[in-house]
Amino acid sequence: MNTIVNIVLLLSAVLFIFGLKQLSKVKTARRGNTIAAVAMLLAMVGTLLELQLKIPGMNYTWIVGGLVIGAVIGAVFAIRVAMTSMPEMVALFNGFGGLASAIVALSIFWKRVVEPETAGTVAAVLGTPPAVTLGLSILVGGITFTGSIVALLKLQGTLKKGAPILLPGRHLLNILLGISAIGVGGWFGFGATELSVSITSIIGLTAISLVLGVLLVIPIGGADMPVVVSLLNSYSGIAASMAGFVINDPLLIIAGALVGAAGLILTQIMCVAMNRSLANVLVGGFGVQESGPQGSSEYSGVTSCGPEEAAMLLESAQSVIFVPGYGLAVAQAQHTVRELASLLEANGAKVTYAIHPVAGRMPGHMNVLLAEADVPYEQLVEMDVINPEFKNTDVSIVVGANDVVNPVAHKDPASPIYGMPILNVHHSRSVFIIKRSLSPGYAGIKNELFEYDNAMMVFGDAKKVLQGMINEFKEL
Amino acid sequence: MEGQMMGPFLVGLYVFVLAIFVGFEVITKVPPTLHTPLMSGANAISGITVIGAFTAATSGDASMASVLGGLAVGFATINVVGGFLVTDRMLRMFGKKRKAS
Repeated sequence: MNTIVNIVLLLSAVLFIFGLKQLSKVKTARRGNTIAAVAMLLAMVGTLLELQLKIPGMNYTWIVGGLVIGAVIGAVFAIRVAMTSMPEMVALFNGFGGLASAIVALSIFWKRVVEPETAGTVAAVLGTPPAVTLGLSILVGGITFTGSIVALLKLQGTLKKGAPILLPGRHLLNILLGISAIGVGGWFGFGATELSVSITSIIGLTAISLVLGVLLVIPIGGADMPVVVSLLNSYSGIAASMAGFVINDPLLIIAGALVGAAGLILTQIMCVAMNRSLANVLVGGFGVQESGPQGSSEYSGVTSCGPEEAAMLLESAQSVIFVPGYGLAVAQAQHTVRELASLLEANGAKVTYAIHPVAGRMPGHMNVLLAEADVPYEQLVEMDVINPEFKNTDVSIVVGANDVVNPVAHKDPASPIYGMPILNVHHSRSVFIIKRSLSPGYAGIKNELFEYDNAMMVFGDAKKVLQGMINEFKEL
Repeated sequence: MEGQMMGPFLVGLYVFVLAIFVGFEVITKVPPTLHTPLMSGANAISGITVIGAFTAATSGDASMASVLGGLAVGFATINVVGGFLVTDRMLRMFGKKRKAS
């Protein structure tokens, strides 16, 4: 029986790898997700059987209670959330995963050290490796939890509208906290011989981890949150792996390590897309200007027009490129964009969508939104492919994107976004920029594009403006 | 160490390092379209900590260990169930679009 259970667990590990592999290809992605879910089910059933065999008086009250309540909450969240809030949802779930790993470590400590009331240091009772990994699980899990919650608040814009929060002496503070985490963790594992001291130090370690999670994420601007969430996703995998070391569970170690590696790769891909190093992102403060935010954000010579003027120009356009950004998600304008695109196509124009790798608040965010509105996959064109096309394009319509179309990234080495690859919308004959105001994007800088002669602002909520264009277009 | 069996920690360490390499190999090439679903799917997998939570919550009493264990099962399950469902919702839309074209 034991062998069968172990084979089930091994099968689960193999299916996790298989599922991840399929998740990374468009054709098989959905099946890959299902395979990973099956792997999870096998892991859960296998582990319960294993525990049942090992522990004769096994009681399921807490397990079943946690499963039922967790499943209901998770399902309600997942089904109710709007597609536009997906990044926030991933951040929240991720935080819960990290929290769970930290709590597992705490629980194991109480179960194996506090409640049996064994004498001696934690390392003497559990062994050196579990004493270390227990502390690491709490540290990494705690950072993941509060870091993800701060990321969630920044994505929502509720926390200072996502702007970086820079505490004086923050680097020193973080270093001191890091050192004290190591000190308290070391004391917990190897110094404290009395239970009351071990308990105090583990609570101290938990508190430090939670504070550290907040402090590490608050200086980072809202635009960098995808990178942060991806990195925290990697952390939650590592935290799970560490918990796996504590209870000596190979499957937990394997699955945690897979996620740790996956999160890191994605993080790297995102940094490359922004032409920044991970260190540069994590130091934070990006987009905060020394000269004050107002100083360089004054515009001159900006032209603006209404939907009717835009519709007239669109009527004669042979080729149109839509450039979606976060504003599209906020305004829930994906269906309206699609409707306008269909009208233009019926009018004989060639319509495509230019997808910047970091448009929106999550890589692939725009793809998800436009897919929801049934935009054909072939019309979504990646940056490197579409950039040469702009100079042959009649009209580009920027819907709620800002920093990713700012030509200053090519021109001004002093700009914080210098060197970031952008979509060359300014090469097209005319550019409409649908935006609520001239306020800066997440990088906090002025967008030169708005002053270009071929650029015209169409102020307003993206959905209303697009609807206005549709109505005017129909009347032409 | 010669002639000795590796301790459970060392075996775990081998497994950990090798699994990280597998993770890197499996995920190196991903089209941008799939970045969000992949992140979400990987996030659901990190809910694997639920099996650690099971180990922590095996007794029915109201001890600190059990209460914490139950809490951990709950949070991890939110991550697992929510994560896989949300990922499926995203990917379902890609499927729908392929059929239409």
